[in-house]
Amino acid sequence: MPETVPAAPSAPIPTHAELFLAFVKITLSGFGGTLPWTRRMFVEEKRWLTAHEFNELYALCQFLPGPNIVNLTAVFGSRMRGATGAIAAWSGFLLVPFCVMLAAAILYERYSDVEAVRRVLSGIAPAAAGLMIATVAKMAVPLFRSFGPAPFVFAAAAFAIGYMRWPLLWVMLVMAPASVGLAWWSRR
Amino acid sequence: MKADGGVLITLAVQFAIMALLAVGGANAVVPEMHRLAVDQRMWMSEREFTDMFAMSQAAPGPNVMLVTLIGYHVAGIVGAIVTTVAMCGPTAVLAHFLGSAWERFKDRPWRVVVQAGLVPISVGLVGASAIVLTQAADHSWMAAVITIITAAVAFWTRWNPLWLIGIAGLAGLTGWV
Repeated sequence: MPETVPAAPSAPIPTHAELFLAFVKITLSGFGGTLPWTRRMFVEEKRWLTAHEFNELYALCQFLPGPNIVNLTAVFGSRMRGATGAIAAWSGFLLVPFCVMLAAAILYERYSDVEAVRRVLSGIAPAAAGLMIATVAKMAVPLFRSFGPAPFVFAAAAFAIGYMRWPLLWVMLVMAPASVGLAWWSRR
Repeated sequence: MKADGGVLITLAVQFAIMALLAVGGANAVVPEMHRLAVDQRMWMSEREFTDMFAMSQAAPGPNVMLVTLIGYHVAGIVGAIVTTVAMCGPTAVLAHFLGSAWERFKDRPWRVVVQAGLVPISVGLVGASAIVLTQAADHSWMAAVITIITAAVAFWTRWNPLWLIGIAGLAGLTGWV
C-alpha cells in the first residue's frame, strides 16, 4: 500500500476530552472490528501518530496480555496525557460497546426462547465459529513458513485447551517457559 | 437473577486472571470462559454460550464484550459491569505501566526470544477457541456446512465478515439450519 501520510504527525497533543470523544467515535463506526477504524482515526484523520508509530504501538499491545485494542487505548492515552489520559481513552472506548452489549443481554434474556430469534442465532453461531477458523488459519500461516518449534507449540496449545479442555492457568505455566526455552534453543 | 457478593467476587477474580493470561487477545480465552461458565460453574448451557458468542461477533465493538453478556446472565447489570471491568481494567493498568518500559527493550535479544516463544502459544489458543466454538455450534450437517463455507470465504476473500453473519442468520431464520 502506498504511504501517503507525512512522516511526522502535525497535530498537537490531544486533550482529555478529545481522547474520550475520538474513542467514542471509533466504536460508533466499528462494525466488524475496531482496529481499521482506530488506525484511520489516529493516522489518517487526526495524525496523532505516523503509520510506523501505529504499527509499533499495535505490536506492543498484541504482546501485552488482555484484549489488544483495549490495551491500545491505555497505552496511547497514557503516552498523550498520563494516567488520566489513559482513563479518558479507555472509558471512551468501552462506553458504547458496553451499552450495546447490555441492551443485547437484556433482549436475549427476554426473547431467546422466541422461535425466530432461536433460528437466527442457530444460523449465526456456526458462521461465527467459521470466522474464528479463518482467523486462526490466517494467523497460523507465518508459523508454518519457518523451521523451528512454532508449529508444534501451536498444535500443542490448541490441543491442550481446545480438545483436552485443561485449565488455561496450568497450561500457560507449563507451556510459556517451555516455548520460550525452545525458541531460545532453536535460535542459538 | 439475584446477585450476591460471592458470585460477584468470583466473576471479578476469575475474569481478571483470565485477562492476564490472554496473550493474543480476547479470542484466546474463549475456551477458558466456556470451561468456567458451562463446565465448571454451570452458569449457562452450551447453547446459551454459543448464542452469546455469536451475538458478540455480530454486534459493533470489540469481541471481548462477550464478557459483558456472561456477566449480565450470571448477576444482572452489576455482574455485567464487574466482568467488563475485570477483563479490561487490570490489563489496561499493566499496559499503562509497561507500555513505555517495553519499548526501551525493543532491540534486546531476550525480548525477541520471549516474543518468538509466546506468539505460537497465542495462535494456538485462538485455534482452541475455533475448536470449542465449532464443537458447540455445529449440531447438524447444515450448521457444519455454514461453518466450512464461512471459514473458506473469510480466509480466501476480503468480504466484510458482517455479510457472512447476516446471510447465516437469514439461513437460520428461514429454517435451513
